[in-house]
Amino acid sequence: MNMTNWKNRNDVPRARWPLIHPLGKGMIRLINYLGAVSIFMGKSLFMIFQPRQVPLIIEQVYSIGARSALIVLLVGLFTGMVLGLQLFHTLVKFGSAGVLGSAVALSLVRELGPVLTAIMVTARAGSAMAAEIGSQRISEQIDALVTMRIDPLRYLVSPRIAASIISFPLLTALFDIIGIIGGYITGVMLLGVNAGAYFYRVRSSVEMEDIMSGFVKAVVFAVIVSTICCFQGYFTHMQKDSYGAKAVGLSTTSAVVLSCVLILVADYVVTSLLM
Amino acid sequence: MGKPLIEFKGVTKRFNSHTVLDQVDLEIYEGEVATIIGKSGGGKSVLLKHIVGLLQPDEGTVLFGGQPIYKMGKKEWNRYISQVSYMFQNNALFDSMTVFDNIAFPLRQTTDLDRKAIEDKVRTRLEQMELGDVGGKYPSELSGGMQKRVALSRALVTDPRIVLFDEPTTGQDMIRRNAILSMIAQYQRRFGFTAVLISHDVPDVFFISSRILALDEGKIVFQGTPEAFETFQHPFQDEFVDSLEELQEHLTGIYSKRHFKVRYQKLLGRKRPQERFVVGLFALDHFEDLCEHLGHTAGQEILDSLGKYINKHFGAVGGFSARQSRSQFSIVLPFSNLPEAEQILRDFSMELREEGLRTIQTEARIHREACFEFAVLAGLAEGEFGVKEIDRILGQARKNQREVARVHCGKRR
Repeated sequence: MNMTNWKNRNDVPRARWPLIHPLGKGMIRLINYLGAVSIFMGKSLFMIFQPRQVPLIIEQVYSIGARSALIVLLVGLFTGMVLGLQLFHTLVKFGSAGVLGSAVALSLVRELGPVLTAIMVTARAGSAMAAEIGSQRISEQIDALVTMRIDPLRYLVSPRIAASIISFPLLTALFDIIGIIGGYITGVMLLGVNAGAYFYRVRSSVEMEDIMSGFVKAVVFAVIVSTICCFQGYFTHMQKDSYGAKAVGLSTTSAVVLSCVLILVADYVVTSLLM
Repeated sequence: MGKPLIEFKGVTKRFNSHTVLDQVDLEIYEGEVATIIGKSGGGKSVLLKHIVGLLQPDEGTVLFGGQPIYKMGKKEWNRYISQVSYMFQNNALFDSMTVFDNIAFPLRQTTDLDRKAIEDKVRTRLEQMELGDVGGKYPSELSGGMQKRVALSRALVTDPRIVLFDEPTTGQDMIRRNAILSMIAQYQRRFGFTAVLISHDVPDVFFISSRILALDEGKIVFQGTPEAFETFQHPFQDEFVDSLEELQEHLTGIYSKRHFKVRYQKLLGRKRPQERFVVGLFALDHFEDLCEHLGHTAGQEILDSLGKYINKHFGAVGGFSARQSRSQFSIVLPFSNLPEAEQILRDFSMELREEGLRTIQTEARIHREACFEFAVLAGLAEGEFGVKEIDRILGQARKNQREVARVHCGKRR
């Protein structure tokens, strides 16, 4: 039985299946969505290696990466400062204030760095991706690309995914470094932890494995965020019950919300796989 | 007529339960200008989008050179689509790119031309479309008419074999509308592409069309020459074409060919057989060169002013006029015989040389120093009531055409 037949079947007594029917419908919609996203992502990743992509990727690295640096820097600094403050007061109770450097660095490198960077970039660049592609869809610019024999996935989507894969780890590294400096500001400069002990603990506790796991997460988040945001924008015209500018707004909102949720879900999955 | 270049066979397209195209069969031949007319929301754009694969039919197929386009392999499809260009109804210009980049975009992305060659090609197109000084601006900084011309430039920059125009004149004033149509006709002749046009500009669009395709309630109700469409009897004519033509008359005061014939037939009913009348045919000679030299907008302004001038002059002696083709106007003088009409024409010729050409030049906002040349030709022929073939009399008037006024380098002769 194919899906269309299943959907159109009139002989299913709906009243007798008050829960099963909407559940099944939702499940099929979810499977369809996941299938569509997977194909969209696969095709776009493949097209990264097509000719004429380098200038487009560089342009997107500037837009997604360079222009997000300031916000990542600010969030990283204050996250590190808050971590330094909170962890100092907790560790002092156990007489272990000297390990503040380890606690701050490991929290940032393993978890907070990749996750918060991804969420920040989603808010800044992901929303822009969805809105930009969405408005190009409703103004028929994407159709115009098709008629010019230019694959929209190659021209619009794959440079953004490639640029995200390049930018996310770099921004994560920036976040980690600035976060550690933030921890230093509160821990050492304000609360009096020994500066040498702080940096010794950072160096001795953070291993290559931790840094790599942070980067793996950053790459996974990059693919998720860029794919979801581009996908939502690309299919703006298929938003239910909304058209035009309203559909673009809806696509942008759903792109950000979905990306943030999936970042946290993927974080758990990747962490458990890397443990 | 040969084998069709593009062919629709039983194409049906539905959106949910609404059937937009219903078993559409049509043919488009190489090198022609095929115009699709029909009511708004009647599926014209949907039909056009099937040709470029933006939509696929629920039933039926579209053939290119006898080959179904939806069954083409990737290479064949790419070869096919590289020959087609599409000008969108709302232009679909890339709003984050300048006008220059918009036009250069398909060349940069789909050809191996070097930077210099692309720049030269784009500059040529910008000049041809009278857009020379806006290359560095963004589409949002341009007027609607200019945006249309940018879209037209982009559609033609790749030298396509087939160009699809989705309402290229929407939102333009009458002069601009005719200028765009004139441009399309000129480029079509120069480059020899096949043009498929959606337009509401009845009857103006008939002057540049080789064939008319009328889409009514999802079906093609007529395909044939504009001349055959004049005599096409269908409710579509009354509901759609008449209303558009009446609007046109209201704006210009000049009859469409069809209304001209209706008025002529009414006149026949009122007159006694053997009563005489005179038909005149005026032509703006070197019209193409004029458009080439002064631009299509100025060319249309001159044509429009001349039409109004003729209508004003001959209307005063009971005549009525119509636009016969792109650069020809006809008049009927129902109350004059040939010698009287010759005298009226001589007066008209003198007045045109002394005053009219200057008025036309001023109305068309042409610079006094501009060097250009055009001639006004006129021919008269006598008709007899009871003889219904106006076309035969017009043919005779065409044979009798002679020069009545000429402008050379802005000087009247």
